[in-house]
Amino acid sequence: MSKGGKMPRLNSQEDLVRLREEILAKRDPKRPCVFVCNGTACIASGGLEVLKAFQEEIERQGINALVDTKGPGCSGFCERGPVVVIYPEEICYVKVRPEDVPEIVKETLIGKKVIERLLYQEPLTGEKEIHESDISFYKHQTRVLMGVKLDPRSIEDYIAIGGYSALSKALFQMTPEQVLEEVKKSNLRGRGGAGFPTGRKWETAKKAPGDIKYVIVNGDEGDPGAYMDRALLERNPHSVLEGLAIGAYAVGASEGFVYVRQEYPLALKHVLMAIEQAESYGLLGENILGTKFNFKVKVHQGAGAFVSGESSALMTAIEGKVGEPRPKYIRTSVKGIWGRPSVLNNVETWANVPLIINKGADWFRGYGTEKSSGTKIFSLVGKINNTGLVEVPMGVTLRDIIFKIGGGIRNGKRFKAVQTGGPSGGCLPEDMLDLKVDFDELTKAGSMMGSGGMIVMDEDTCMVDVARYFVDFLTEESCGKCVPCREGLRQMHKILTDITKGKASENALELLEDLAEVLTGASLCALGKSAANPFLSTLKYFREEYEAHIKGKRCPALVCKDLISYYIDPEKCQACMTCLRKCPAKAIDGGKNLIHIIDQDKCTKCGTCFEVCPSKFRAVRKISGEPVPERLPEEKRKIVRERKAQ
Amino acid sequence: MSEIHLEIDGRQVKAREGMTVLDVASREGIKIPTLCYHEALEPYGGCRLCTVEVESGGRKNLVASCLYPVEEGLIVRTRTLKVDKLRKTILELLLAHAPDSPILEEYAKEYGAQKERFEKQASFCILCGLCVRYCAEVKKANVLSFVGRGTTREINFIPELAAKECWNCKECFPLCPTSYLQAAYVLTEALYTQAPPFEVKGLKGVKAC
Repeated sequence: MSKGGKMPRLNSQEDLVRLREEILAKRDPKRPCVFVCNGTACIASGGLEVLKAFQEEIERQGINALVDTKGPGCSGFCERGPVVVIYPEEICYVKVRPEDVPEIVKETLIGKKVIERLLYQEPLTGEKEIHESDISFYKHQTRVLMGVKLDPRSIEDYIAIGGYSALSKALFQMTPEQVLEEVKKSNLRGRGGAGFPTGRKWETAKKAPGDIKYVIVNGDEGDPGAYMDRALLERNPHSVLEGLAIGAYAVGASEGFVYVRQEYPLALKHVLMAIEQAESYGLLGENILGTKFNFKVKVHQGAGAFVSGESSALMTAIEGKVGEPRPKYIRTSVKGIWGRPSVLNNVETWANVPLIINKGADWFRGYGTEKSSGTKIFSLVGKINNTGLVEVPMGVTLRDIIFKIGGGIRNGKRFKAVQTGGPSGGCLPEDMLDLKVDFDELTKAGSMMGSGGMIVMDEDTCMVDVARYFVDFLTEESCGKCVPCREGLRQMHKILTDITKGKASENALELLEDLAEVLTGASLCALGKSAANPFLSTLKYFREEYEAHIKGKRCPALVCKDLISYYIDPEKCQACMTCLRKCPAKAIDGGKNLIHIIDQDKCTKCGTCFEVCPSKFRAVRKISGEPVPERLPEEKRKIVRERKAQ
Repeated sequence: MSEIHLEIDGRQVKAREGMTVLDVASREGIKIPTLCYHEALEPYGGCRLCTVEVESGGRKNLVASCLYPVEEGLIVRTRTLKVDKLRKTILELLLAHAPDSPILEEYAKEYGAQKERFEKQASFCILCGLCVRYCAEVKKANVLSFVGRGTTREINFIPELAAKECWNCKECFPLCPTSYLQAAYVLTEALYTQAPPFEVKGLKGVKAC
C-alpha cells in the first residue's frame, strides 16, 4: 500500500472529510487483503517472516496488483500466532509458518479454497472454524477497541475508518465544557486500576488554578502477564493520541506526554510514528485543523520500575527524578507535573474517548453495567485453553470469560481460582465464577479490576504459593520509601516463604494479618495499600490450605517442594528403568526386574520421575503430610514375570 | 491568609492555610510520634508513625499527619485503637532493625511494641532519610543518597564528595535515630582512604582506591 506523497496539512473540518473521501475512493472493499498479525507476540512466533513470505509469494505469482498485504497490531489471539486473516472472505488461519505461505497463496488467494489444516479447531467441540468471527474466542467478545482493522503505521488507514473525526467534532461543534460533560455522562472510569471517574478527574484539573496544564497517557503497564496497553499502542496508536488531544481540549492543556515503558519498543515506535504523521497532517501541534487549539505531545520512556505506573511516581519520573510515589493529599489533577494540574489516564481509557465523542455517552453506556460502563480488555492467561486479549462489556461473568471465550481449563483439569487485578489483586474461587466482572463487584469480592489481568489457575495450584509469588513480586517492586510497604512486605514475604517450607510458627497467620493491616492502613501509595490483597484473598477463600501448611506441614495441592516427597508405588512399578535413567540426582535405586526405590536423602524433588513414568503405570506419586512408606524389603523387590509363550 | 477551624482529639483549634495536621498538633502540645520528621526539612512521609485518623465530610481516612494539609471542619483523632495498633506494628517492624535505638525503645514502651516479634534484620538503618535530606536540603551538599529499591534500599555516602564535605560538617550524625550513619561514614572513610590510614594534610597524591 503506497503511503502517497507528503500531505498538505488539514486546515478545516472539511479538509479532513475530503481527505477521508479521497482515501476511501481509492479503496475497493472487495479487493483481497492478507492481514498477518504483527503484534509483539506474533512477531515472536514468526509474524514478520510470514508477512515477508506473503509479499514475496504474491510477487512471484504476479498478483501483486490484485492483492494487498498488511501487518496490523495485536489481534489478541496470541497463543495461536502468527494469525493470518484473508479478506474479504475473512478466512482465518492460525499458527502459520512461512512454509505454509505458497500453499495459502495458491489455494486460498488464487483458488479460493480453504486449507483445513490451518484452521482453528475448537478445544471443546473439535469443530474447525473458517471465519475469524466464528471462533468461540472472538464470537463471545465485544471488540469495540480490539476489533478495528488497520495498519498502525498508516494514518490514512485510521482516517479511513473515521479517525480524528471525533477530535474534529470536539473542536468545531463542541465547547470544552460540552466535551467534559459528554465524558462525565458516559460514566467512563479509569482503566488503569482504581476505576476513578474520568470526567471527574478532568473536571478537577479544568477547575484547578493555573494556565499551564498537562494530559498524560499512562503506558507503564507492569502487571505480570498483562499487555492490553501494549496491544492498543501497537495496533491503534492514533486512537490514543486522538483521545489525548480531545482531553487536552476539554481541560485546557496544550502539552501532553505519552509514558511508554522501555520494554515496549514496538509500541514506542508506533507512537512516535503516529505523532509525526499527525503533526504533519495538522492533527497535532500548532493550530490543529486550522483552529486556535495547540497541542504538542512528547514521549517519555520509562526505566522499568513497576511502581512508576503509580500516578505521582510517573509524574515524578517525567520531571526527571527517581520514579517514587509522593503523597497525594492534594490530587495530581490539581498539583501534578511540576506542581501543575495534570490529568493522567491509562492507554485504554484514552482510546475510549474518541468513541464517546463520536457516538455519544448513551452509546457508551449501552455497554456494561450501571456503574461500570463500556467494555474492558482483559489479559486472559494461565491454565486455560485460549490465552490472549479479550474485550467484553463490563458485567460479563467470570464463567463466561473463562469457559466460553477461554475455552475452559487445559488438559481437562479442574478450575481452582482466578487471579484478577495484577499482583495486588486477589484470587477468587470456583463458587465466585458467576460474579459479574466490574469495578465494584471485584472490589467487593476482595479482588480488584486493576488493569485487567486475569490469571486462571487449575487444581494443581497451591494458593499459599501463589500468595508468596505475588508478594515476592511486590517486594521486589516496592520503592522502599515508606516503612509499611518496605518492611511489611519484607516480613510478609519471609513468613509466607516459611509457611511453604513448613517452618512457620503457630502464630504466622496472626502476624500476617497484622502486616496486612499496616500495609493497607498506613502505606504511602496504592502499591503498598493493596499489597496485602494476594494474602488476604487467598486466606479468605482458601484458609484451610494455610492451616494445612502451618499445622499439618502438608501442601494439599502437592506443590511446595519442602512439604512433598516423591514415592514409587511398589504395586505399580514395572521396573522399566525410565525414571532411573532420567533422574538427574541419581536418587533412584533399582534395575531390570528390580522395583525402583527413591532415596529420599538424595532426591531434589525436581519431579522428573513423576513426569517420565509411563502413563500406563503411573507408579510415581507425590505425598505430603505423611511419612514416606518404609522401604520395601530386598526379597520383595524382584519382579518375576511369566515368559510369554513363544 | 484565612483562618481554618478544626478539631484535634476533641479540642477546637485554629490554623492557617498551608499548615499540616502535625504542625497544628505540635503547636497545641498534642504529641504525635515521628521518626522521619524534622522542622528544618520538607515533610517526607516515610516512617508513617505519625499516622492519624482524619474525618472530612463524613469520610474517615488514615493519613500521615506530617503531610496532611489542614482543612476547614476537619476532625482529627491522634489516638484511636486502630492508629495505636498501626503504630505498634510499624515500631515492631523497625525494632527488627534497631532494637536498641533509644527513641524506638521509648515509643515501643508507649505503644506496647515487642522487640522480637518479627525476624531480626541485618542492617540497623531504618531509612528515615533524615541524613540524606538534611545534606541535600539544608547543606545543599548531596553527599548522601539512597541506593537501591525496595528491600535492598540503603543509604550511601558518595566517597568523592564525602572526602571533601564531611570532615568539617558531620551535622547529620546527631539526627540519626539508630547511629547507623556514623558506622556507614566510618566504613566509607575506611574504604575510600585505603592507605595511608591517616590523612596527611597537604600531602598530594594520596589517591582514592
